[in-house]
Amino acid sequence: MTGVQITSTPAATTTANPRYKVTFRRVLRSEWSKFLSLRSSWITLALAVLATVVIGMVAAYRYDPVHADQHDAVALSLDGITLAQLVVGVLGVLATAGEYTTGMIRSTFAAVPRRLPVLWSKCLIYFGVVFVVGAAGAVASFLAGAGFLSGKPIALTLSDTGVLRCLFGAALYLALVAVLGAGLGMLVRSAAGGICLLVGALMLMPVFLDLLPSNWKTDVTPYLPANAGQSGFTLHTDSTMLSPGTGLLVLLGWVTAVLVGAAYRVKHSDS
Amino acid sequence: MIEIHHVVKRYGDKMAVDDLDFTVEPGVVTGFLGPNGAGKSTTMRMIIGLDAPTSGHVTVNGKHYAQHTAPLQEVGALLEARSVHPGRSAYSHLLSLAYTHGIPRRRVDEVIELAGLGKVAKKRAGSFSLGMGQRLGIAAALLGDPQTVMLDEPVNGLDPEGVLWIRNLLKGLAAEGRTVFVSSHLMSEMALTATNLVIVGRGRLLADTTVASFVEQAGGERVKVVSSDPERLRALLAGPDVTVTGEIGTETLQVSGLSAREIGSLAADAGIAIYDLTQQAVSLEEAFMALTNDAVEYRSSTDTETKGSVAA
Repeated sequence: MTGVQITSTPAATTTANPRYKVTFRRVLRSEWSKFLSLRSSWITLALAVLATVVIGMVAAYRYDPVHADQHDAVALSLDGITLAQLVVGVLGVLATAGEYTTGMIRSTFAAVPRRLPVLWSKCLIYFGVVFVVGAAGAVASFLAGAGFLSGKPIALTLSDTGVLRCLFGAALYLALVAVLGAGLGMLVRSAAGGICLLVGALMLMPVFLDLLPSNWKTDVTPYLPANAGQSGFTLHTDSTMLSPGTGLLVLLGWVTAVLVGAAYRVKHSDS
Repeated sequence: MIEIHHVVKRYGDKMAVDDLDFTVEPGVVTGFLGPNGAGKSTTMRMIIGLDAPTSGHVTVNGKHYAQHTAPLQEVGALLEARSVHPGRSAYSHLLSLAYTHGIPRRRVDEVIELAGLGKVAKKRAGSFSLGMGQRLGIAAALLGDPQTVMLDEPVNGLDPEGVLWIRNLLKGLAAEGRTVFVSSHLMSEMALTATNLVIVGRGRLLADTTVASFVEQAGGERVKVVSSDPERLRALLAGPDVTVTGEIGTETLQVSGLSAREIGSLAADAGIAIYDLTQQAVSLEEAFMALTNDAVEYRSSTDTETKGSVAA
């Protein structure tokens, strides 16, 4: 039956119906739907907020002017960022490396063979989501802590100079760390490897700096990703830190460098 | 239409694909056969641009896959069974792919029905059996209503009903004028569905042929005849396209080029008693193995030569 028809049809079907087209907006829409449809995305984000708020509240509750390491209410409310940065960083790593470990990347790149729009979409989405969630967490932590600190000398309100800048700076820091994670995940294509590099970049670099001569160390330390980022959410930066704007720009530089590497690897190696 | 032009793919020292050159035509099912490790999957990955050839190039409908504005509409591919995030439902997986091309939800529902996934579409893909995973992969391949459908070992893990479904699906797609390119390491499966055959071994092209001529080369249809007078029968059957073989002193002859019916009539006319008359299909699997075994031996000897010349 089919044998007769087949010889006559090919010519008719060589003109593809041009209904569909891949555009950047559509790739972004696709990546957004991927983000929304994974339960782990939500759990991780909830953990990041929980870490920020709970640790911030505990720090404010236990505040004791005699033995304090932190000098202001903002710093107390952002104590949880140390943990939250790891949570959102891991979220970023899993967003990209997870595609490789599950094999999903083959489906993704079959649909978007130009590949780079996928990386940029993921970066935009994780930056945006983590910024919004991080800002909500930081503000919630500050307000919750303010209850415990009212009447004490370090108490601050949202309208005090620099407070909102710090809270949003913390959100920006978390969002950049998430993108850093996404870049590292794409670069090494393995969740374990990506997380190791992330922890290394954020927490272990200072340890390695101890190997350098001490005068170099003081010059270099402010430029490490975590230190540079931290100046973005510190109320009163001292001489050992960069200014808030410069700090966040330096962190952005680190993130950009990783993304350039990731983009090169994505574009030029087999998937 | 898929065109493979002198494609070489090397992973370090290992030659995965060695100067493959063939064309996959629309309107028929083309079987892509070879033992495990012959380079079939690598070739398919190069067709959709997941791997880049070391040299040579591959085009689909005249362009590189990545240059098409709607790649999923050009080629729908099922690669290794799992190309899915296990935490996402089948529906969400397909929808996320559909979004990249602006393919409507209606089409997602259609391919879910087509692949028989209606009942499990909202379940996490990680909970799927191998067969369900294959069906999801095939649903994804058909999502863009593609001109070319390329499936890597599609019957793996499918139950008999699923195998039958795949056979009919492939024939139906080809009958609609699409290019259908299917890999397998089972000759018998290909003989049932494919019209054209591309056979590879150790990354090299061994045969670019049709199922019909492969069967012909393998010895065609043979008939076993056991009779009272094999000598006289042999003389009777002789003709330009007929070959008769049989050991002297036995009553059995092997005949190719004549049907059992023709042999029976000739023998009856000559008054020769027939004790047994059996149509024997050639073993395609054996012919295929003979072909690919040769390739392995051939490759081994060239490997040695190359090493020798490098050492010298």
